[in-house]
Amino acid sequence: MIGRVRPEKSNGAGHVAVLATAALLAGFAIACGPDYYEIPIETPIQPKLDVSPFQRVLVAGFVAGGTEDVDANQETVRLLRSQLRTKSQLRVIDADILPLMDVAQEDAKPAAIADSGPREGGSGQSTTDHQVSGQPAAPQGVALPAKIKDDKDIEPYERLFANTAYWKRIGEEYQNPLIVTGTVLFMPQSRSGFVQRDQEVMDSFGRRRVVPMRSYLERKGFVLKPKFVFIDGRTGATMYSESYREEVLYNAQQQTPALSSYFELMDRLVPNFLSALSSQKIKGTRVLLK
Amino acid sequence: MKRVLPIVVASVGVVLSAAPSFADARAKARSDARTEIEFGLQVAQKGLWHEAIYRWEKATQIDPTYAAAFNDLAIAYEHEGQLDKARKAYEKALELDPNNSQIRQNYELFKEINDRTSAAREK
Repeated sequence: MIGRVRPEKSNGAGHVAVLATAALLAGFAIACGPDYYEIPIETPIQPKLDVSPFQRVLVAGFVAGGTEDVDANQETVRLLRSQLRTKSQLRVIDADILPLMDVAQEDAKPAAIADSGPREGGSGQSTTDHQVSGQPAAPQGVALPAKIKDDKDIEPYERLFANTAYWKRIGEEYQNPLIVTGTVLFMPQSRSGFVQRDQEVMDSFGRRRVVPMRSYLERKGFVLKPKFVFIDGRTGATMYSESYREEVLYNAQQQTPALSSYFELMDRLVPNFLSALSSQKIKGTRVLLK
Repeated sequence: MKRVLPIVVASVGVVLSAAPSFADARAKARSDARTEIEFGLQVAQKGLWHEAIYRWEKATQIDPTYAAAFNDLAIAYEHEGQLDKARKAYEKALELDPNNSQIRQNYELFKEINDRTSAAREK
């Protein structure tokens, strides 16, 4: 009898000990928990430009070219205006898009004429509105290509952004806003060569394996090269400018409309453009440690 | 000589008795800092980043050798847009624990944002 009781007692004590140990271990595990936690964060980024002196922004227009499939001037103005309306504190001025290529070409004319000799009946002064206060014509005798096909064609047009008199006059017209302008080159490109891709193969034992394979591919797509120029409408002076380059390539058989490629590439650039004018939050995750 | 011997013995005794107390103090500091870190983790997960910064700053003061405290503080500074402070805290965390891949990964992600924005400002 006694012999039976004793083991029961000792079994009970054993259960208690096991339970206590389990509880202790559980408590320890809860107290310790994982040693790290992944946490989402939003890093605020200050704007690159101090836009506090401005209440309004004028996206004036762009010197654009590269392809005739997309009117890069019009599309860029529309896109940037709509982005600024929703993501910036500045009020967006709705105005006709400036035909900047025509303006630059108009500016180039007097210099070209002056180069060929004095004009009859002329005073020898500027005939355009863009050369007030004795400012020289922007492109100063440089012949401007009528159509922009590549970087070389766009380069002589860039002098227009240094024509402070012209931009000051535009600024006065719209009550001294911040002016956004620049150049946009959107052109087709094709590239062929070897591309490395992972491919699934079956080995001799019938197992699936992923192996890198090199294959020759012909690809075509588009390249987008915008330069955004920010001009102080009060003075006509350039405050800041930044250039970008983005490209996209598809299989040669794939038919992608130029306009959708344009928006795909602009989508990548818009956050950078906006970060010049307004504070942005960059989302990410970090690991907190114990 | 007879006079010096007791002093030497006493000094050795003091040093030997003090040694464990330094270790104890250090362990206590680590434990206290860990308490602050854990509290900071709880509040950060609820979005109370200012309180988390307060706790983690305290943790780094209590135990200036605690890499995790500097890592967490750097993240909180980053979230608050205090990028200079974040960089210093990350660098301190890596100095204390150079082989910690999680701290390094956090720092790389931070640098990607910070370098991009400062490069843009230099343009």
